[in-house]
Amino acid sequence: MPEAAKSNSESLKKLYHDMLLIRRFEERAGQLYGMGLIGGFCHLYIGQEAVVVGLMGAAKQGDQQITAYRDHGHMLAQGIDPKAVMAELTGRSTGLSRGKGGSMHMFSAEKKFYGGHGIVGAQVPIGTGLAFANQYRGSKAVSLTYFGDGAANQGQVYESFNMAELWKLPVIYVIENNHYAMGTSVARSSAVSDFSKRGSSFGIPGVNVDGMDVEAVQAAGAEAMEYCRSGKGPIILSMNTYRYRGHSMSDPAKYRSKEELTEYREKRDPIENFGKKLIERGLVNEQDLKQVDAEVKKVVVQAAEFATESPEPGVEELYTDIYA
Amino acid sequence: MSTEILMPALSPTMEEGKLSKWLVKEGDIVKSGTILAEIETDKATMEFEAVDEGKIGQILVAEGTEGVKVNSPIATLLAEGEAPGAAPAKKAASAPKEAKSDAPPKENKDESHAAPKFAVPADPEVPEGTEMVMTTVRDALRDAMAEEMRRDELVFLMGEEVAEYQGAYKISQGLLEEFSARRVIDTPITEHGFTGLAVGAAFDGLKPIVEFMTWNFAMQAMDQIINSAAKTRYMSGGQMSCSIVFRGPNGAAARVAAQHSQDYAAWYASVPGMKVIAPYSAADAKGLLKAAIRDPNPVCFLENEILYGKSFPVPKLDDYVLPIGKARICRPGTDVTIVSYSITVGQALEAAEKLAEEGIEAEVIDLRTLRPLDMDTVLESVKKTNRIVTFEQAWPVCSIGSEVCSRVALEAFDYLDAPPTKVSGKDVPMPYAANLEKLALPTILDLVEAVKAVCYKA
Repeated sequence: MPEAAKSNSESLKKLYHDMLLIRRFEERAGQLYGMGLIGGFCHLYIGQEAVVVGLMGAAKQGDQQITAYRDHGHMLAQGIDPKAVMAELTGRSTGLSRGKGGSMHMFSAEKKFYGGHGIVGAQVPIGTGLAFANQYRGSKAVSLTYFGDGAANQGQVYESFNMAELWKLPVIYVIENNHYAMGTSVARSSAVSDFSKRGSSFGIPGVNVDGMDVEAVQAAGAEAMEYCRSGKGPIILSMNTYRYRGHSMSDPAKYRSKEELTEYREKRDPIENFGKKLIERGLVNEQDLKQVDAEVKKVVVQAAEFATESPEPGVEELYTDIYA
Repeated sequence: MSTEILMPALSPTMEEGKLSKWLVKEGDIVKSGTILAEIETDKATMEFEAVDEGKIGQILVAEGTEGVKVNSPIATLLAEGEAPGAAPAKKAASAPKEAKSDAPPKENKDESHAAPKFAVPADPEVPEGTEMVMTTVRDALRDAMAEEMRRDELVFLMGEEVAEYQGAYKISQGLLEEFSARRVIDTPITEHGFTGLAVGAAFDGLKPIVEFMTWNFAMQAMDQIINSAAKTRYMSGGQMSCSIVFRGPNGAAARVAAQHSQDYAAWYASVPGMKVIAPYSAADAKGLLKAAIRDPNPVCFLENEILYGKSFPVPKLDDYVLPIGKARICRPGTDVTIVSYSITVGQALEAAEKLAEEGIEAEVIDLRTLRPLDMDTVLESVKKTNRIVTFEQAWPVCSIGSEVCSRVALEAFDYLDAPPTKVSGKDVPMPYAANLEKLALPTILDLVEAVKAVCYKA
């Protein structure tokens, strides 16, 4: 195989690996939650893996990411250690935030991951501020600001759109439309359900993307980043995606039909379909994919062990990190 | 080796539940994502999925069983080719270990649970012979920002009308000309948005000064100030910094009625992770704003519109920076302690002069910083005077005065010769009518009377 094709094949395999890592990690997190080892609210990303993995496949070093509380996948896709993420979920001293943030509030200054925000929509102006900082410093970095179809109805989103276009800030607004804002469907909450048009009165272009297709996401992401980096201002990527689990662990998701869920799981699953494509293209065989699964499972089991065996934060941590 | 499938917790508070229905039977092959059973919690019926693949060995809890404890085994899962009789292995999970502090045990109380004390240095000495220049609070604030912007390229000012209009209250006069539109930025009227944007810029290492045209409008941005700016350092385990100053006029102006006349001091001072400053004099406004801009934490800087035009002597020094968290004794006295902040400090000083005429020597303390609160200075004074009256424009319920009085009662009870007493604004929204507005605000006479009452000279 020529070098270019080989590197392309490796990067495609990495996309598969990263999506599967998120899937298996989230399943394990769900299990630990069931065992009472993870507390509070825990929002799983299962079904939406292609969105963040595709975009990270297009991002460059130095680009920032920020999202809401369904954030485990975003961190794993950025290469943050699954052990540190899982240990934060179990509230241990070895967690990313030393156990003080939990599932919804995690950050990595090193990897330019700015959270992990528990208030729906609050990450949008903050992500716009990251883009402001890029422009202020004259850097070429782009802020990837993720939010859901629910957050898309918050006023501060439009305040941000206005300033971002006014000042031509390098921010990609990634709207992860998983069709339900907790239990309220897009049809019941949004006057205009095509989220790619949400920036139109500000002159922000928007693109609809199949968020269940990692390659489509990556391609759209690459174009959007090029647009931002060339100084044209913000752009919206509306990702059509689906979450398989409830809004959080305690949501039975009775507001949607079994058929709808089955349709996505059986026919549109981002991991299954991408695996098939890789086989069809002769880049991998079944055995290779099993091998990836085995590797991923090992990483996740180790993360779970680490997260359950690490000690809780010391009591002295109660009063640290309040002020610099 | 088989593993146990355990009864899951499916909500933050669930301790037991009903296993309503099995969706698999013994011998079924399952993989991750296969729905195993329906489980009823106190709130809902939930589907329970498999995480590991394998074959269902034994079903240990029959469907329809109620009160199944979380984490009790409900079935066994066999690995490929394994016989159902195999002994189950314990799930590799342990309850959280009790965390131990490395600190040695203390005799009476565990100090590690106590909030750390801030060690705050005294004000820097102003060298003898330093020229004092009469300066308005307005110019002092502008000078502070200009000096810090010259000193640090990362500092910028953003807000409504701060640039071309030169500031709604003319605080930012001349800054646009000196620092250009890149660093003095007019925003749309969008408090929630530009506050969040500035917080994001601060997370990335810039040092924004956000001007609110008045603090009343910051209510629109409350979530970003509290949930994003103040809490993120803690939630990130110390990884994220938010060096940012929120500033603008606070409290009552004149005849602008309820929505434009409110003192937010107690609101912000109650938030851990936030620092709150409310200066009175121009020198303090300058020295403390410079300190706030340099501080690596979020700072709410509460100014007062009526003070903007008042002049005070300000030392002519290249870099006059004051410590955050240090109260100032503006007038020493022996008979009673008056504690105030912002504009009411001036009234307190006037009251003290009147009281002196009647033979009562009041010690007037300007808190200057409201969080961290310099209770050491207050307590030391009360131990000397044995009496305290707090004086503020804010509403009386849960006010800064309430906090100071409660701390004094708790920490200097044996020194008190009279009940700690509050003089505050009235417990009403600010009325518009001139006569009612006057009644709603505390007066020098109110303070004089309260002081006489605690001195038993009424």
